[in-house]
Amino acid sequence: MDKNYSQIRAMLSLTKASLTALMRNPSAVVFNLVFPLIFIIVFGFIGGSGFKIDVVIEKNSDTLNPVYQELIKSSTIRVNKDLDDVKAMSELEKGRIDAIIKIEKDPAGQSVIFLKTTKASPERGSILKMIVNEIVDKQNLAMSDLKIPKTELKEEVVEGRKFKTIDFILPGQLGFSLLSAGVFGTAFIFIGLRQTLVIKRFFSTPVKKVYIILGECLSRLIFSIFTSLIIIVIGYFFFGFTLVNGFVTFFNMMIMSAIALIVFLGFGFVVSGIAKNESAVPSIANLITLPQFLLAGTFFPISNFPEWLQPVSRALPLTYLNEALRKISFEGASLFDVRYDILIMAAWGIVVYALAVKVFKWE
Amino acid sequence: METLREKTSGEVFINGLSVDKDKDQNEIKKIIGIQLQAAGFYPNLHLDELIELFAGLYNVDIDPDELLKLVDLNEKKKSKFKELSGGQKQRFSICTTLINEPKIIFLDEPTTGLDPQARRNLWELIQRIKSKGTTIMLTTHYMDEAEILCDRVGIIDNGKIITIDTPDNLIDELVRNGFERPKQVKLASLEDVFINLTGHAIREN
Repeated sequence: MDKNYSQIRAMLSLTKASLTALMRNPSAVVFNLVFPLIFIIVFGFIGGSGFKIDVVIEKNSDTLNPVYQELIKSSTIRVNKDLDDVKAMSELEKGRIDAIIKIEKDPAGQSVIFLKTTKASPERGSILKMIVNEIVDKQNLAMSDLKIPKTELKEEVVEGRKFKTIDFILPGQLGFSLLSAGVFGTAFIFIGLRQTLVIKRFFSTPVKKVYIILGECLSRLIFSIFTSLIIIVIGYFFFGFTLVNGFVTFFNMMIMSAIALIVFLGFGFVVSGIAKNESAVPSIANLITLPQFLLAGTFFPISNFPEWLQPVSRALPLTYLNEALRKISFEGASLFDVRYDILIMAAWGIVVYALAVKVFKWE
Repeated sequence: METLREKTSGEVFINGLSVDKDKDQNEIKKIIGIQLQAAGFYPNLHLDELIELFAGLYNVDIDPDELLKLVDLNEKKKSKFKELSGGQKQRFSICTTLINEPKIIFLDEPTTGLDPQARRNLWELIQRIKSKGTTIMLTTHYMDEAEILCDRVGIIDNGKIITIDTPDNLIDELVRNGFERPKQVKLASLEDVFINLTGHAIREN
């Protein structure tokens, strides 16, 4: 018998086996690859239409009025011509349209614009009011004798990189993929192995416990890096995802993904330790993952949440992964630039692994 | 003795190695093979991949085909463990205990739940392994199984070995003490009838 038993060789054969099994497991592939890609496609298309204000112009309005022409031309306003006046009113009350505009010309030649907005969409209403005001002012100025206006607005738009929806969505989906891989993947497999005595059978071979864990982690790391790679590549080539510094940015994102997965694997170990059996896994795992999916800026920016909720978001590890990934991909930040995000995730890692060591069960 | 559980008392030596010492424990693991009752295997893997996994865990180089042929499973090498029949599962389970060419293998109720053909088939396999000089430690509730397979039988009652001897000696001693079966034994058993009617061939599917 060979005296120099190699734990590394044992670990690598376990990694290979675990990886083969993962590739054959449909739910692993669906959760880590198909789901994020579907989300990217769905959100990618929703985001494409941009910001529009829906307006109905009453039928007997003065369509020759220059104000009418300006409204039609505006890129922010979508004029609905199909609704009659009565129907328009009820749609306005429900907030399905944002405003009704009536343009009248009285016998004296003065134009009056009637703007009816709704409390159902106050923000759009006030933006529309500003747009209409601007058009009216311009008309008035053109009619007046005042050739040189007293006050003038000089506007300048600074050249910037266009932040596309995909640039927000893709890092979030990468986070989603990594978190579900770390938590669900690990928890299910370890409980399964424990219950079917597979782990006990491993114990009867000379491999050490820690190498069993390391082997499993390594296979998940390889699998997740592989799925992350596919997500980024598809995002880049098909959806125009921004990689500011090209390959360097890509490389930094992969490193970031690997760090995050190691932290999330810890959550998986905790879940597999707490859960009594396989059917208890989904509820406990969802308790950890769902709030993070919703609150960590995966689908919506954190700044959209009410102020009292934002500190909760600020406490979650996924928040920092999402932020770091966005900074890296869009702003071209280096790993050193996102060190605070990494630090906070590492802090979570220490807490979670300390807990995992306490609750983890072998048998 | 399998190094999986802490012993409660006494001393155990496997091939001169003490199970109490951590260092010896690892050496023991290298020379024993264990078949656990109702143990599963890594999900989603084919039989040959499982053997490669254990070969890695034991740090040995083996040909999965050859090993599977030994237990008549080489045609099933691309199947998953859970797709096998009861007898095939037990044969594969025993097969994995042979990977490290152990001096001793432990079989925990290997024939429980098997039909008569599969059971006899497994007996043949166990006798084949035994004839190669491997020590086999087998636990069973079937006394006919112990009578046929074992060189030495220990009967455990309430956690204590109450007797240990060859099957012949144990039976002879009982008869010497005046024991008589209440009913005269027939020359064949109902199991013989079953085998005679259904044939020796093992039915896998």
